[in-house]
Amino acid sequence: MEELSWGNILARMFIQLGPVWIALIVLFALSITYKRRLGLYGKLFDSTIGMIGFALVMFWVFVGIFGGPLDMLVTHDPLSQVSGMKNKLPGTPMSRAEEGEYAYFLLGGDNLARDVFSRLIKGAWIVVQIAPVATLFAFMVGITLGLPAGYYGGRLDTVLSFLANLILAFPVILLFYLLVTPEIVLTGIPNYMALFLFIFPLVFVGILLNARYYTQPSVRTPLLIGVLGLLGWLYLSLVSTNGAVVATPTYSIPGLPGFLDLFDIDPGILVVFVSVVFVNAPTVFRIVRGLAMDIKTRDYVAAAQTRGEGPWYIMLWEILPNARGPLIVDFCLRIGYTTILLGTLGFFGLGLASESPDWGTTINAGRRLLALYPHAAIAPAVALLTLVLGLNLLADGLREESLRD
Amino acid sequence: MGLFILRRLGVMLLTALCLTFIVFWLTNLYPNLEKLAKTQGNFRMSDEAVASYLDKNGYLQPMPVKFGQWLGVLPGWIHEEDGVTTGRCFSGGTPQEQRPAYCGVLQGDWGYSTVFKDEVGSIVSTRLGLTGKLMFAVMLLMVPMALLVGVLAGMREGSKLDRSLSTFSIASTATPEYVSGVIFIAVFASSAFGLKWFKGSATSAMENATFENFTLPVLTISLYGMGYIARMTRASMTEVMTAQYIRTARLKGVKFSDIVLKHALRNALIAPFTVIMLQFPWLLNGVVIVETLFNYKGFGWLLVQAASNNDIELLLAVSVVSVFVVLVTQLISDIGYVYLNPRIRIA
Repeated sequence: MEELSWGNILARMFIQLGPVWIALIVLFALSITYKRRLGLYGKLFDSTIGMIGFALVMFWVFVGIFGGPLDMLVTHDPLSQVSGMKNKLPGTPMSRAEEGEYAYFLLGGDNLARDVFSRLIKGAWIVVQIAPVATLFAFMVGITLGLPAGYYGGRLDTVLSFLANLILAFPVILLFYLLVTPEIVLTGIPNYMALFLFIFPLVFVGILLNARYYTQPSVRTPLLIGVLGLLGWLYLSLVSTNGAVVATPTYSIPGLPGFLDLFDIDPGILVVFVSVVFVNAPTVFRIVRGLAMDIKTRDYVAAAQTRGEGPWYIMLWEILPNARGPLIVDFCLRIGYTTILLGTLGFFGLGLASESPDWGTTINAGRRLLALYPHAAIAPAVALLTLVLGLNLLADGLREESLRD
Repeated sequence: MGLFILRRLGVMLLTALCLTFIVFWLTNLYPNLEKLAKTQGNFRMSDEAVASYLDKNGYLQPMPVKFGQWLGVLPGWIHEEDGVTTGRCFSGGTPQEQRPAYCGVLQGDWGYSTVFKDEVGSIVSTRLGLTGKLMFAVMLLMVPMALLVGVLAGMREGSKLDRSLSTFSIASTATPEYVSGVIFIAVFASSAFGLKWFKGSATSAMENATFENFTLPVLTISLYGMGYIARMTRASMTEVMTAQYIRTARLKGVKFSDIVLKHALRNALIAPFTVIMLQFPWLLNGVVIVETLFNYKGFGWLLVQAASNNDIELLLAVSVVSVFVVLVTQLISDIGYVYLNPRIRIA
């Protein structure tokens, strides 16, 4: 068999990604048909920039979902090494393809003779999984601390702002180098940080519901018990591994026993996750604090105060909904920034295992042979670029549409 | 104004102190010290050997005491064993009367690097000089380009030029340095595309920076920072262009180029000034990535070396310098903003 030409490679990749195209077309057809009933999301389809951005983002989301848990799009195993395929150019046929095996390395082989195309797709799942969830956690922390800081002001604000500025003054890479090392994982510090940072969604949801249904105890009490019980279970499964919350060589703090533990998180992933949340939260805090300070002078806040509403009700049910526009836009931008941070961590070989297919690690592995075989590093670089670009364009489209009314 | 600067300086000092203590604490955790002992001695050291090495070199004292010694407010440790006296502030053979009691940052002694086997002060200043050269070139390219793109995009909002330049700025902010650097090297320096215009390594640029070996690193850093400054400039320019006095000038029949250059530009450049100053800390990130990618042994490269080898005193000096850069640029941007904007200055 001979090598494929570039046109051929693109056509084959197009076919291989078939399920993604179908999902994208269905999503867009449905959204455009019902766009008048879908609020801000529907309005996105009035702006070309926003639509392009959304298409790019959803492309990678579908690639991640189909390629990751559903295991569809990949042509080869992302970790297995195939003899004779080391550093081969895109479109190289496999020397001894067995029956039923895909006969080509569509985007070539890397320096360990693994298929670049399959690694790219598996890597998309890691990014699509971690970046939005980490951003969401950062938002929970930022909102829960930023609202009271902006609303009450005074000493609380001074202390919290000082702490936020303290973290912001740290060069991000230095912080990563200090936090994301195997030695620090041994001391259990990431586990303590996880304990602290992951409690914020619980606090947030608890206060949110309590403030709303405070006057109807018969609704509030069962609701709070149910929701907080479920979230608490998730929280405990998240922070405890092998029945311990913090396990160091010298001591350990017991956590949820193994049979109740829903999922275990790899300590490498946990430390990456925690540090990304830690770096992002102060910026969100500053944004929320600024918005709260601005909105608390409005008339509807004064009206709520006169009605005798509690401070948390005003913060979460009067101020927060009115700050949603800028926050949604910033959420999109921040997912992009988180993706960049994850790539940075991979680029310096911190946190994730060296054979992990995520894009940053792959770029790091490919850059040593950049002058001779650039394809192994360029493929994930272009992937990361398009995803972040898509998120930025999406944020731009959302901003334009939310300013229009 | 004087009181404002004084207060800011106080907060700055407190921040710097807290941050250095955090770095100190993290680098002095026992697993990190163990790693240090093993890299200094050998990797098969027993636990007792590690403990005795650490004790001999003063690493096992309580954390606040060690921090005080590093700062220079507490006397340095002295260790006596088998009649041989070693200490933090002197080397083996120094006679008793010449031994200084204090040696810390306040005395101007930044300590000794365990990786480079040299004084930290001199290492940091050499590397900072090299990074200074890089940053100077970056500023020279980035700031004028960003302002030009921003002003051109913002002078006619919604025009074709505005749309294409804005998309370009968004694309440049979406391209982190490790992506653009990899693409630049692949396209302009590798044999795969055949355009061998530039060099993919900037090691030779440390002594002798030429167009060939310095272009790619400078371009890579500039590109990421440029988009953000350009977008801020555009936003501020569009706001100025809708102001009353611009309309008056247009109605008087002033040429469009004169309106942009003489009336609008000066007011539109206040906001980008603060943004440019606040970009410095961000550039530091870019510097670390680019210096690693292009193998340019400057300050960012030093940070990576110090952090990956847990070279405590070098890492502390590096973080003091970088935190100082961040805080000073914040201060300058605040003062500059107040100074440039009369509405805030008078209020």
